Amino acid sequence: MEAFPDAGIEAREFRGQWWIDVPRERVLDVLRLLKEDPDLGFVFLNDVTCTDHPEEEPRFRVVWVLTSFSRKERFRVRTRCPEEDPVVPSATPLWAGADWLEREAFDMFGVKFAGHPDLRRILMPEDFDAFPLRKEFPMEGTRSDRQWAKWVLERARRTEEGRP
Amino acid sequence: MSAPPEAPSPLARRVERSVEDSGRIFLNMGPSHPSTHGVLRIVLELDGETVVRAEPDIGYLHRGMEKIAETYGFTKFIPYTDRMDYLAPIANNIAVCTAAEVLMGIDLPPRAKAIRVVCAELGRISSHLLGLGAFAMDVGALTVFLYCFRERETIYNFMESLTGARFTVSYPRVGGLSRDMPEGWADAVRRFAEGLPARVDRDIERLLTRNRIWIDRLQGVGTIPREVAISYGLTGPNLRGSGVEWDLRKEMPYFGYEQYEFDVPVGTKGDAYDRYLCRVEEIKESARIIRQALERMPSGPISVGDGKTFLPPKEKVMTRMEELIHQFMIVTEGPKAPVGEIFWAHENPKGELGFYIVGDGTARPYRLRMRAPSFVNLSILPWLLPGAMISDTVAILASLDFVMGECDR
Amino acid sequence: MADRRVTPVHVGEFQEEGGVVLTSVDAVINWARKNSIWPLPLGLSCCAIEFMAVAASRFDMARFGAEVARFSPRQADLMLVAGTLTYKMGEACRRLYDQMAEPRWVIAMGACAASGGMFRSYPVMQGIDHIVPVDFYIPGCPPRPEAVLQSIMALQKKIEKDSPSRQILRRTAAPVATE
Repeated sequence: MEAFPDAGIEAREFRGQWWIDVPRERVLDVLRLLKEDPDLGFVFLNDVTCTDHPEEEPRFRVVWVLTSFSRKERFRVRTRCPEEDPVVPSATPLWAGADWLEREAFDMFGVKFAGHPDLRRILMPEDFDAFPLRKEFPMEGTRSDRQWAKWVLERARRTEEGRP
Repeated sequence: MSAPPEAPSPLARRVERSVEDSGRIFLNMGPSHPSTHGVLRIVLELDGETVVRAEPDIGYLHRGMEKIAETYGFTKFIPYTDRMDYLAPIANNIAVCTAAEVLMGIDLPPRAKAIRVVCAELGRISSHLLGLGAFAMDVGALTVFLYCFRERETIYNFMESLTGARFTVSYPRVGGLSRDMPEGWADAVRRFAEGLPARVDRDIERLLTRNRIWIDRLQGVGTIPREVAISYGLTGPNLRGSGVEWDLRKEMPYFGYEQYEFDVPVGTKGDAYDRYLCRVEEIKESARIIRQALERMPSGPISVGDGKTFLPPKEKVMTRMEELIHQFMIVTEGPKAPVGEIFWAHENPKGELGFYIVGDGTARPYRLRMRAPSFVNLSILPWLLPGAMISDTVAILASLDFVMGECDR
Repeated sequence: MADRRVTPVHVGEFQEEGGVVLTSVDAVINWARKNSIWPLPLGLSCCAIEFMAVAASRFDMARFGAEVARFSPRQADLMLVAGTLTYKMGEACRRLYDQMAEPRWVIAMGACAASGGMFRSYPVMQGIDHIVPVDFYIPGCPPRPEAVLQSIMALQKKIEKDSPSRQILRRTAAPVATE
């Protein structure tokens, strides 16, 4: 994992696992290189996820975790994006599995993926207005039980009568 | 507190027709449905009996576990992992404890690793049995479901005598195991594992594998080619059924799996029948691993003894100051993670369960991301279901063997 | 949560308790109902697996006439909510309850259905009784299958005390045991 051909990017290591930090404009090129280079062969995308660092600038970090079947190794690619412009390129041209993973990252953090075919919420209801895994969102949520129960009962009653 | 906004209900969300006035009908499958294996909703656009478009809608069991992990810390989080893949709770516990140990740089004593192997394989048998039982029940063979549950009840008995709970066990801890195997447990499990392949042959394979109806319903159904499987990120028997030889226990082994002799079944065509065969064979291979692990069970401690992550023995806690302080710190705060991050994955029965944990020096992870195999396995449905008949939909869903608790977390 | 309906008191031929004819009719109807409770297993999460264990051969719900699990609410008597109810799922749960025909009962199986369980988090409803009226709560995470069977037996006792004949003969809205 030592010899990384890109100039100006250094690979870092912790507990035997390696990763690189790249600027967001170069992410897609780096991912494509990792995937298509026959020596590297990182053909498998394990995960796309984010972390939120509200006291740092840029705020969000997006991580892609890759596996190489031929080398039997894992590798991570990280990038950052600011809160005012939380956009990173989408990996869907390279891996079809990135579709849902990126939708979840959007759902939980609000990070948008440019070039994603259908970026909408996947786990929370469509009309939910906050991003739950951001650090300022409390674990118990921002609505009370009573408000939520009213929401649920209203939906149930309406669709019973409305028959959409 | 903000008031909820007015918006159409999630269940009534419009799914646009691909072609106007085409005479196609929309069928809503779920979220309460006997064959969706949990709360999964799929909106199928049908042209007669053939599925033209399938749009899954998940999140009906999203419980916010990643947020809970950030608030609660490693040890308190172990019971939550039980509720993720709830067909093999012990396997999830083991995966999260090992991920935390990798982050903290802890190496377990060999006995703890061997017991974890036995538990993980028991979990695999239990999960595959229920997967096959539900699969058979959905396709119509109800008897197999009851036979599978008979075997699972024996496993539940083992889990109860080992951990105290039948089902949601929370057995391992960061740095070891909460208790050792009781007297006679190893012999009982060994006898169970020795007799299991014969019972699987008699009760499952003889009823299903060469059954004309089973073969007709499953062969050629839900075929996933190799490249598609890799591109969509499938793992576990779903990936191996499509011919990709990738099993973390063999390729990136942990817990000393390299010392055990076992085979990994790999399919050829990638259809539902291959995935079924993979799972049945995996049950038998797991029984083999359990026998070997129990035969070679090393003696020794079941936890690391440094006092920073695992509770010290009670006699020392009651008599010595240092252990008392360690006990206090571990119980009130929990084991502390260093600043750093890791990604660690296990070969769970459903696929590759990965944890991306970012530590910040405190006892709570800064970010604990669970890469759930069922979430990624389900993402292939919009590609896989179109072209199948409605009745094949049920067989395909059951052959993918996903669990919504894990998918939605 | 459900409407409260009050029985107008009719002074007339029938005594309030119903007399010997009506209590016998009641006993027969209640016997039939309590021995054929068809559940709608709303198996949301892990408790669904324990529910399957209850239906399997070791604990055998069929002894109580309850092995016929009907997933259509129109055909079921008992909605057994087994697992965590999220807000997104709550609408489906309420609609299923609305579609069930009377007599209908609801059992909240497990800590999550009873009170949100260990999940005090943003998407989890802290108990299904915010949206449907519950007859029995089974504690446990998950409850042992014996506890589920105990709750079915308790439901049978509750059904025994019911007075369905009043509803049938008087055609008034008698307070049914579903509140």
